[in-house]
Amino acid sequence: MRIGLFIPCYIDAFFPEVGIATLELLERFGHEVVYPRDQTCCGQPMANSGFNAECADTEALFVRNFSGFDYVVAPSGSCVHHVRDNFDAIEQTDEVKEVRARTCEIVEFLHDILKVDAFPWARFPHRVGLHNSCGTLRRLKHATPSELHEPFYSKPMDLLSKVEGIEFVTPARPDECCGFGGTFSVFEEVVSTKMGYDKVSDHARAGAEYIVSADTSCLMHQQGCAERIGVPIKFIHIAQILNGASA
Amino acid sequence: MSTPPVMLHPELLAADDTHAIVRDDRRLDHAEAASKPLRSRPEPQPRGAKIHGSRPVDQAEAAARFIAAPEHEKMHDERLWDLRQKRDREMHGIPEWEELRSLASAIKEHTLTHLDEYLEQFEANARSHGVHVHWAHDAAEHNRIVHGILSDHGAKSLIKSKSMLTEECGFRPYMASVGIEVIETDLGERIQQLDNEDPSHVVVPAVHKLRTDVAEVFARTIGTDPANSDVHYLAEAQREATRPLILAADAGMTGCNFAVAETGTFVVCTNEGNADLSANVPKLHIASIGIEKIIPRLEHLAVFIRLLSRSALGSPVTQYTSHFRGPRAGGEMHVVLVDNGRSERLGMEEFWTSLKCIRCGACMNTCPVYRRSGGLSYGATYSGPIGLIIDPTFNQRKYSNLPFASTLNGSCTNVCPVKINIHEQIYAWRRVLVERHETPLAKRAAMKAAGELLSRPAAYRAAIAAADVALAHLPRFVIYNGLNAWGRHREVPHPPKQTFHSWYQANRGGKP
Repeated sequence: MRIGLFIPCYIDAFFPEVGIATLELLERFGHEVVYPRDQTCCGQPMANSGFNAECADTEALFVRNFSGFDYVVAPSGSCVHHVRDNFDAIEQTDEVKEVRARTCEIVEFLHDILKVDAFPWARFPHRVGLHNSCGTLRRLKHATPSELHEPFYSKPMDLLSKVEGIEFVTPARPDECCGFGGTFSVFEEVVSTKMGYDKVSDHARAGAEYIVSADTSCLMHQQGCAERIGVPIKFIHIAQILNGASA
Repeated sequence: MSTPPVMLHPELLAADDTHAIVRDDRRLDHAEAASKPLRSRPEPQPRGAKIHGSRPVDQAEAAARFIAAPEHEKMHDERLWDLRQKRDREMHGIPEWEELRSLASAIKEHTLTHLDEYLEQFEANARSHGVHVHWAHDAAEHNRIVHGILSDHGAKSLIKSKSMLTEECGFRPYMASVGIEVIETDLGERIQQLDNEDPSHVVVPAVHKLRTDVAEVFARTIGTDPANSDVHYLAEAQREATRPLILAADAGMTGCNFAVAETGTFVVCTNEGNADLSANVPKLHIASIGIEKIIPRLEHLAVFIRLLSRSALGSPVTQYTSHFRGPRAGGEMHVVLVDNGRSERLGMEEFWTSLKCIRCGACMNTCPVYRRSGGLSYGATYSGPIGLIIDPTFNQRKYSNLPFASTLNGSCTNVCPVKINIHEQIYAWRRVLVERHETPLAKRAAMKAAGELLSRPAAYRAAIAAADVALAHLPRFVIYNGLNAWGRHREVPHPPKQTFHSWYQANRGGKP
């Protein structure tokens, strides 16, 4: 299988270890993973703020970079949600539709496409709180949201349960948004950070040593909030744990 | 006589202890004597958004002031989250919950797409029971019609139950301007009326107030003890003050939760029974009904009644579900069917389903932004998620900031009992407002620049490298200056040694 690796801008700039873990993890399963060098972004920051026309060129660039792969995989739920559900600033040619349909988030790719049943190299003897970002939870449908009367399932929990030594803790409000919200984080920064403080405090009260998520943007925001108010908690992307990160 | 400076149990002290404090012939022991009941000044209530005509409401500014009042913010967040949890428990008690939501949504969509027929059917059936039916194109016409009815009866005072439609119409200020006294009979709404403040929530209008705030309002308006914030005391004092006004009122007014076309009847749901007082004590009953409140048949009502209170307050049903059919003997009943922008909204391709709303407030209770901002921060009749998508239909410019007061988390859509895709409509409103140039110039410039940078890989690479260097080498106070909204209340990410891009170059090399 030939996979195009999409590393969103802020992961490239601030969290290269998340990109490296995603790359290595996909390679462990014997797939050819290609990182197109001219990639930048999916257009979400502009689209999320209503500036759809302003993301047309960025979307076109994304399609040029990622056309022709069996799958495009990214360690970021919100970016994948944009590509799959809102990527309509450019004409919807067959090529565009194909790229959009083949774009996957790493958890759903491992769970639904590769159907991975073991991570023998992974061991993570820590108490972790799972943060399902709103994009992965309610758009990509990683898990049952607490608002719906539907049978319980959780793809990230399924995968993490296969990691030796891991222990889960449950915060009081497991589905509550952490307040990142893309450009909301700067345009409504007081509400955004208050939500972040509450989120990390909730996980800390539940006894989490780590908050693990499939969305690095939420983690970046939560880390900034935790450091500011002095909540001693660590942050890690799910791909890092599944790739065998020890701490 | 001097006493030793040691703390002794009173029984061990000499009887002639001059330091002893004696009250009611009893010597107080140490703890009692030393501790005076200290009452620290209660945290003042943060007020809502500052309104400047049609200038865009700054929700973020008002929200920041709400958060700066930690007792209010914490109480508000916890009280509403509690309602959300109770709603979840009720939901889990109904195996067919999701089916009910789909059914409710389908009934509403069917009705809205046949609204003219059902409205006429309702009108004809209501008239046949002797109800006077009026049609109001907008808020001003609604207010004039009600004023006309009251004038015809020489009515000078009006008791009413809570109605978001009358809030929408600016009904109380209008009545004040024509010299008619309005008395709200819903406790929360009465508190808000006495405080001259809008309701902050569609179901619990004073939910943003601490009981100390209510004590302050009642002390100022109905003469209660300002230091007594006991809930029962306050509720009873209000009852004593308002009940005589209710008994003496010339006319009564209610809103409406559901109007049934096939029967020409309408239903009002309350927990205090105040709608029944308002409708039944005076001989004249006027009901204001938004035209979207119509449902086709009585059997459909069951679907909505099962959903409404469970979604709103997490209780199986409201204490009172009152059906009104026609005037009682010797009385008169008037119904005012109000459009006020609804027909126009019905024609909006992306937003018409917002008319399905049954005003349960579940989207507000679950909204993490609303819970931390307070409903008055929106500066509009409707606050929270549903407000974000219907307020701009009333005044696009004034409410142009509201659709941005959301993280687009989607919880509102999931709790909505009539399945309005609220978060998708919030997203759609952002696009519309940008297209219509209703967004700040600085934001436009920033987004245009971002779009240009992110579509040019070479320029983007150069910018990333510069950002890396900047974060690594700038002193902390530069990064955390007042202009940097990220860093004001949270730390910026720690810049890594190299980007993923350069790591890949170094470790995987080869051709691109």
